[in-house]
Amino acid sequence: MKIRPCGDQAVLAELNGIDAVLGLYTALRHERPTGIVDLVPAARTLLVRFEPRVISPREVTFFLENTQPSPVDRQPENTVTIPVHYDGADLAEVAERIGTDVTGVIGLHTAADYVVAFGGFAPGFGYLTGLDPRLHLPRRAVPRTRVPVGSVAIAGEYAGVYPRSSPGGWHLLGRTGISLWGTERTPPALLTPGTRVRFEAT
Amino acid sequence: MIEIIRPGPLTTIQDLGRPGMAALGVGPSGAADRRSAALANRLVGNENTAACLETTYGGLSVRFTRLARVAVTGAPCPITRDGRDEAMNAPFTVHSGQTVTLGRPASGLRSYLAVRGGIGVEPVLGSRSTDVLSGVGPPALAAGTRLPIGADSASWATVEVAPVAPPPRGELELRVVPGPRDDWFTPETRELLTSARYTVTADSNRVGARLDGPALTWNRHEELPSEGTVTGAIQVPPSGLPVIFLADHPVTGGYPVLGVLVSDDIPVAAQATPGQSIRFRRYSVRR
Repeated sequence: MKIRPCGDQAVLAELNGIDAVLGLYTALRHERPTGIVDLVPAARTLLVRFEPRVISPREVTFFLENTQPSPVDRQPENTVTIPVHYDGADLAEVAERIGTDVTGVIGLHTAADYVVAFGGFAPGFGYLTGLDPRLHLPRRAVPRTRVPVGSVAIAGEYAGVYPRSSPGGWHLLGRTGISLWGTERTPPALLTPGTRVRFEAT
Repeated sequence: MIEIIRPGPLTTIQDLGRPGMAALGVGPSGAADRRSAALANRLVGNENTAACLETTYGGLSVRFTRLARVAVTGAPCPITRDGRDEAMNAPFTVHSGQTVTLGRPASGLRSYLAVRGGIGVEPVLGSRSTDVLSGVGPPALAAGTRLPIGADSASWATVEVAPVAPPPRGELELRVVPGPRDDWFTPETRELLTSARYTVTADSNRVGARLDGPALTWNRHEELPSEGTVTGAIQVPPSGLPVIFLADHPVTGGYPVLGVLVSDDIPVAAQATPGQSIRFRRYSVRR
């Protein structure tokens, strides 16, 4: 683990990969010193924000370096099935790039079991791990200025669904009508870290 | 009730924001200049969690339908109550039916209007703040919007006026702690950040203050996996022109952060006006 400075109210812990990040995140969610106010897990890093009047960066660093990662909270009972209408703008291009046809892409995308690893791009957006390695493609060279709400997309090693219309650089495979975000619900996000996800063609 | 007659270029409701929800993709939001918002609440005897109005570049005009105690802080602007002058950083009483109007600030960008009791709109995810990036919270205020006055008052303030310095007009000096991704830049480029002069551009907003000046080029050609970011982060997109993240910044970002402002200097950055110049000074945090 490498601890990088991030101003006077945060440190950025850099780890080997998503499993190490989620192990540390889970441990800190269960037990952490007073003064640590926010945790942001991401693909290779855990951002730890703290209140400098309560805890020093040195104490935060010492605690992080001496924390045993916890087993990640998987929630097998919490499986969300997302119905998808596969008519995405990039479907044909993705098929061509990986040497298959549209049916082949849909088959690969619906066959996998996904788990929400972390959020952060937008409220309700979850980065889903479990994407078939044959579908791993870098982000689009030129992002779209507007991706429609409910777009089902892939980029790199992740799958995801856009909870609202926004700019975006992922490859669009289709659309779902399911609501991913509502501030009137608890929790407001349908996809929280640990949730299992499957996609189903409609 | 408070009725918005004119919102000016942008007026939003702001409090301390939504800390602790970043893992859900919800950013911190809250008043861009926390210090001024806190002072406004203190002057009218509110809890520090009370919501007030954050108005950008003056022009706000509001009518009160009941007796209220009001204070305006932040960017100093002419204040009138039914045509009579009132002072910045000092509480005053507004009678039912009277209108309070803020003119254009002489320096700084954001002024805060607090009313005793706070703005009483329904909180969203624990805060009344408008997050202009994610859309969480009440919408930005429009003419005709009516806002309830809340019950977030504490004991009466004992001060009649707070002698605070207005946001400076000339070149700003902001202290910056290097990292977390200073290794994405050569020593010469890192040096450039603290030796060159940058100018705030007109496309700045609550998400970030965008700067113009010498480009800070990366020394790598790889993709940085998205990682968590903080308010005050100086993020460098592929253009090399840095952005200082303010209250409504994205929770994660995929471009390297060269340095982060010392937290005491974030309110100063939040008051920087388009065209104003900035110099960064390297600062070490005691670890």
